[in-house]
Amino acid sequence: MATIFKRTSVLTDVPFHYCPGCGHGIVHRMVAEVIDELGIREKTAGVAPVGCAVFAYNYFDVDMYEAAHGRAPAVATGYKRVHPENVCFTYQGDGDLASIGTAEIVHAAHRGEKITTIFINNAIYGMTGGQMAPTTLVGQKTTTSPLGRDKNHCGEPIRIAEMLATINGSAFIARTALNNTANLVKTKAAIKKAFEAQLAGKGFSLVEILSPCPTNWGKSPAEAMDWLADNMIPYYPLGIMKEV
Amino acid sequence: MALKLMKGCEAIAEAAIQAGCRYFFGYPITPQNDIPEYMSLRLPQVGGCFLQAESELAAINMVYGAAGAGARVMTSSSSPGISLKQEGISTCCAAELPCVIVNMMRGGPGLGNIQASQGDYFQATKGGGHGDYHTIVIAPSSIQETVNMMGKAFDLAEEYRIPVMILADGLIGQMMEPVDMPNNPNPTMHDKPWAATGYKPGGAKQRAIINSLYIETEDLDTLEERLQNRYAVIRGKEVMVETYNTEGAEYILCAYGTVARVCKAAVRLCAEQGVKVGLVRPITLWPFPTKEVHDAIAQDSVKAALTVEVSAGQMYEDVRLAVNGCKEVAFMGKAGSMIPAAEDIAERILKMRRA
Ligand SMILES: Cc1ncc(C[n+]2csc(CCOP(=O)(O)OP(=O)(O)O)c2C)c(N)n1
Ligand code: SF4
Ligand SMILES: [Mg+2]
Repeated sequence: MATIFKRTSVLTDVPFHYCPGCGHGIVHRMVAEVIDELGIREKTAGVAPVGCAVFAYNYFDVDMYEAAHGRAPAVATGYKRVHPENVCFTYQGDGDLASIGTAEIVHAAHRGEKITTIFINNAIYGMTGGQMAPTTLVGQKTTTSPLGRDKNHCGEPIRIAEMLATINGSAFIARTALNNTANLVKTKAAIKKAFEAQLAGKGFSLVEILSPCPTNWGKSPAEAMDWLADNMIPYYPLGIMKEV
Repeated sequence: MALKLMKGCEAIAEAAIQAGCRYFFGYPITPQNDIPEYMSLRLPQVGGCFLQAESELAAINMVYGAAGAGARVMTSSSSPGISLKQEGISTCCAAELPCVIVNMMRGGPGLGNIQASQGDYFQATKGGGHGDYHTIVIAPSSIQETVNMMGKAFDLAEEYRIPVMILADGLIGQMMEPVDMPNNPNPTMHDKPWAATGYKPGGAKQRAIINSLYIETEDLDTLEERLQNRYAVIRGKEVMVETYNTEGAEYILCAYGTVARVCKAAVRLCAEQGVKVGLVRPITLWPFPTKEVHDAIAQDSVKAALTVEVSAGQMYEDVRLAVNGCKEVAFMGKAGSMIPAAEDIAERILKMRRA
């Protein structure tokens, strides 16, 4: 029988631990496929975050680091300065990148650090059980905003892609979503462009990916995709924010 | 031997380069700014990389990244900055990454002041960050000794895959002394088969995973056993200590760093008064020279010991543990940055003798 679809060899055969309908697994596969297609697996190192993707080092079959919460861009900086000829990516959630690690991500961009960041925005802290993230939408209920996020109390959600696009060191910044096939195709294309920007030595690159967390949103996988399309995309416009 | 007058911070930085250090990540803080400043000029000249990080937190995590990539790497800071680095130091210990961290201690707590102090002894020797770990802590008392220790620090770090801290005080960083700088174009580098340098499936080298997470209870237990066994070896083999005039002494002074130099002067002042006083100076604060401190103080000739520190009494606890009640151990020192004078130390000994 002809094989029409198989696991990319840049992923190990360890089964993902992610919940049904989670976006992390989809993005892992895309990142791995891009690494494979660009022929860079032997010179690539990844940095896993603290968050649901904490075990990414078990899944990507390349040299991997696990960083402390939010520090992945600093760790990647250390790696990349030692091996400038190699490729380095960080994979981070919105608590990791947009809250505890804001200083590290802003300054990696500001230095034009030649790394690629895959940023999973699921509007929540997945791993710790659904607390509010800086990206949580106004009115969205989480375990630490039980009545819905109140902007007078804790502000409005932060738009990371737009913010980082204002920084001169950024070479490629895009936001995509996982809610339908067309957006999946665009997501993978953006990931590829981000790695290509790094390979060309242009500077810092990041793809913010709107991704479902059915478990902590209290929705079925299908409902979660609809909620993402109806609520997240209007607040977080998709597209390429910067390309040099 | 060509002696050159050098400022402590610059001598440390040059000695690190001579020891093969090629990467430095740091953030400015007094009184150690001359280290990053010197590195920013010198490292590019030797094919290395200096980077000013956005914070001490970022700096130590860059160290984590570079150490994991197989580099000889260091960072330096002073007390408040070292507090920020603790997350990364704990992480480096768990991930078994070699690196060198210099702490030019200043007075604390909080922002404290910018004068020399020894208030970070507990933080340096008892862990500092979370979890069961140690770093090797070396406390030199002169610029020359610091210079001599830099190569040793990197070697120990790589041999045991452990962060090594140079715990000096602001005085060492800021004063100038004649230095005999080693000239070592080819320092020995340890093999690092575990480092992230690229991975080819099916190749000889295993995939690198630089990690501090051991989610299974048994796995963390295995790591801790490995670390604790390694610490036992380090305790057995790597203690460094200086004893001065201790044999047959009536009183023993215990001090480290620049304070030990003041104590040596006090030893001589006491000798002029016909009182035989000795000094035990731990050079490694961890591993602590428990046996040497004990043996010096437990001698029949010794009436009592006096620990002198620029702190409220931190190493004092380790000295008392070493002596384990067999002799009286007194303490002299103040928290902050008040460095005791040799005359005052001598006077204190003479007073103990009169009592
Ligand atoms: C210093 C520190 N603070 C807090 C935590 C607890 N923690 C683990 S994961 C996490 C949030 C992760 O959320 P996010 O980055 O959005 O990732 P997700 O799980 O949603 O993919 C937090 C706060 C930690 N491990 N370390
Ligand atoms: S909790 Fe959310 S982000 Fe985490 S694995 Fe489950 S669905 Fe994915
Ligand atoms: Mg999240």
